[in-house]
Amino acid sequence: MAGLFKRLFGGLSKSRTALGGRLADAASGHDRIDEALLEEVEEILITSDVGAAATTRFLKTVDNEVRYNRLTDPARMWEILRDDMLRSLARCGDRKLTVSASPTVVMVVGVNGVGKTTTIGKLAARYKAEGHKVMLAAGDTFRAAAGEQLTLWGQRLGVEVVRQQEGADASAVAYDACQAAMARGVDLLLVDTAGRLHTNVNLMAELEKVRRVIGKVIPGAPHEVVLVLDANTGQNALSQAKTFVDSAGVTGFVLTKMDSTARGGVLVNLVETYQRPVYFIGLGEQAEDLTPFDPEGYVAALFGEAE
Amino acid sequence: MLNALSDKLEGVLGRLKGRGVLTEQHISDAMKEVRFALLEADVHFSVVKSFVADVREKCLGQDVLGSMTPGQQVAGIVQRELARLMGGTQSPLNLSPDDLTVVLMVGLQGSGKTTTTAKLANRLKTQGRRVLMVACDLQRPAAVEQLKTLGRSIDVPVLDPQPAGGDPVAAAKEGLAHANAQRYDVVLFDTAGRLHVDGDLMDQLVQVRDAVQPRETLLVADAMTGQEAVNIATSFHAALGLSGIVLSKLEGDARGGAVLSMRQVTGCPVKFVGVGEKIGALETFHPERMAGRILGMGDMLGLLEKAETAVSREEAEKLARKLKKNDFTLEDFRDQMRQIRKMGSLSDILGMLPGAGKLAQVADAVPDKEINRVEAIINSMTVVERNNHQIINSSRRKRIARGSGTSVQEVNRLLKNFVKGRKMMKTLSGARGKGYKLKQMLPF
Repeated sequence: MAGLFKRLFGGLSKSRTALGGRLADAASGHDRIDEALLEEVEEILITSDVGAAATTRFLKTVDNEVRYNRLTDPARMWEILRDDMLRSLARCGDRKLTVSASPTVVMVVGVNGVGKTTTIGKLAARYKAEGHKVMLAAGDTFRAAAGEQLTLWGQRLGVEVVRQQEGADASAVAYDACQAAMARGVDLLLVDTAGRLHTNVNLMAELEKVRRVIGKVIPGAPHEVVLVLDANTGQNALSQAKTFVDSAGVTGFVLTKMDSTARGGVLVNLVETYQRPVYFIGLGEQAEDLTPFDPEGYVAALFGEAE
Repeated sequence: MLNALSDKLEGVLGRLKGRGVLTEQHISDAMKEVRFALLEADVHFSVVKSFVADVREKCLGQDVLGSMTPGQQVAGIVQRELARLMGGTQSPLNLSPDDLTVVLMVGLQGSGKTTTTAKLANRLKTQGRRVLMVACDLQRPAAVEQLKTLGRSIDVPVLDPQPAGGDPVAAAKEGLAHANAQRYDVVLFDTAGRLHVDGDLMDQLVQVRDAVQPRETLLVADAMTGQEAVNIATSFHAALGLSGIVLSKLEGDARGGAVLSMRQVTGCPVKFVGVGEKIGALETFHPERMAGRILGMGDMLGLLEKAETAVSREEAEKLARKLKKNDFTLEDFRDQMRQIRKMGSLSDILGMLPGAGKLAQVADAVPDKEINRVEAIINSMTVVERNNHQIINSSRRKRIARGSGTSVQEVNRLLKNFVKGRKMMKTLSGARGKGYKLKQMLPF
């Protein structure tokens, strides 16, 4: 059993040992599927932020198997659970974040403090290393010194940053940046936006405007709108996704801060509900700490399998 | 804030209250729903487990089942237990009366430390204290710049020690020396965000703490945090010995289960909550009121406090007299509306009333914009019209609609509702003295 998870286990290895192998432990502690084991499974899923509703649904699958297909083997139960989750995660297809048009415009959105600016820095490093010409737009004109933060990333990576003074109109920055990107033959333009709580109607409307303005300068843009989510966030992530998908037209997710013991289990429900792919996960503060999302590795990590 | 959780609990308990006889099965079913609601609100699994077990035991143990109003008793037990879980009474910031107070702000990346530091500094400054902020976040690009900008906007000095090698311990020492030398009352240290599982950075934080010997070590945590809240709080508490928690970003629709979890596992009180992006949006946390709000019992105390700051006593008495005599005019109505708005947004206020869940829906239907239109309509009336609404004929209505940029239909609706509301108030002030049916009293 443990061997299986080990083979499936991908890049999520950092700091996973604390709760490592919880499911494998639970499985080996039981020789048949009973109330106690199901309770343990429930606890593991809930404490991974999978959410009470989704957990109930997963347990129902197991329950059906036990009732109607005479499932008794705990090891087989894990496989069923895992496959069920992988199916949920596969609903969105396996679209990647690619540089398709020139320039490809990617808007990065999210609530305050999830790591939008850091994610942009990491994305810039990644796509620059792939040989693309990258430009950054400092669209967070609200938070004190957000522009400086992005400029520092630009200097570090040798990437041009378009910005205006603090308090400027975010749409104007986006407009300038799109013009500049076209004039200078940029392949990928990453547009930062100010963090905003999804419940703030006015700020969400502002985001719609930024989107519109970008589309006016470059028809078809923004080609991608990435919602950045913090792995530490609980069920509120669903609420965030709903609003951002509705008003900003989110096309995919990035899950940050996965280098802690947080598991970001809400992702399963999120991907299934909104049918949008997870492009990357963030594993630290350095430019290279961003890896493509690997569903199998993720599910293995969710189940607490350690290196 | 916390609406979804309160809606659910209100529903569950409401159904129980309606029953004349309760069986063990009823309580079991209700507890299942309570458990589900708490879990969906991100309260930690183990906290929920013990909470539900406690409540169930109390419900079955006492003579609840045989009582005349078993449902009410159960609701009472849930509220008491919830309040206990939140930590009893409000705990203020522990400030030294005559000496320098050192406050250390810690937390994960993006939890809102720098913003909260500035909000707290602003709060202390308006209380008349001399405050210094020290930038010890040498990790995140431009974090120091952010604190400086915030410092300028609230006129609180920021010390940026810039030690060689970017050592935050050295920065903290220099900050402390400076604060002592310049005789500040309070010094706030903003530290870099770090993950609780990052051993090296946690060690570094311990060194910073040892260097400055804080009186208050505050963990700033995001209200939207999920199950991980327990690990975060436990790790920071074990490493540093926290004195309190500040919950940020509570103005969203986070159900705030993290409040319950963190408080429960560390035993540390939640001292403040951040409720907005503006610098003044930091409130003291009142556990007992929060418990009431979660259960939809309202926060009348908080509402009265707000009302007292916004409405003078004479004004209130004048209004009461007018209500009794039924000469409440559109002019009075406009004054009243303005006073209410001084207290905050309508949804804020309604959220504090008993039965908050239902009223919040009314607030959604009546956004603040709508109130602006109503005020515009009244503003477009002459003084005579405002004092005697009966003279407003169709020609006047047309003029008012044009003047306020609305339509005759809207003017009609306002007048119709105003008349209806007046009647309602008369009945209420006559029969009971106090009107709770706020929805009907609002003429739109």
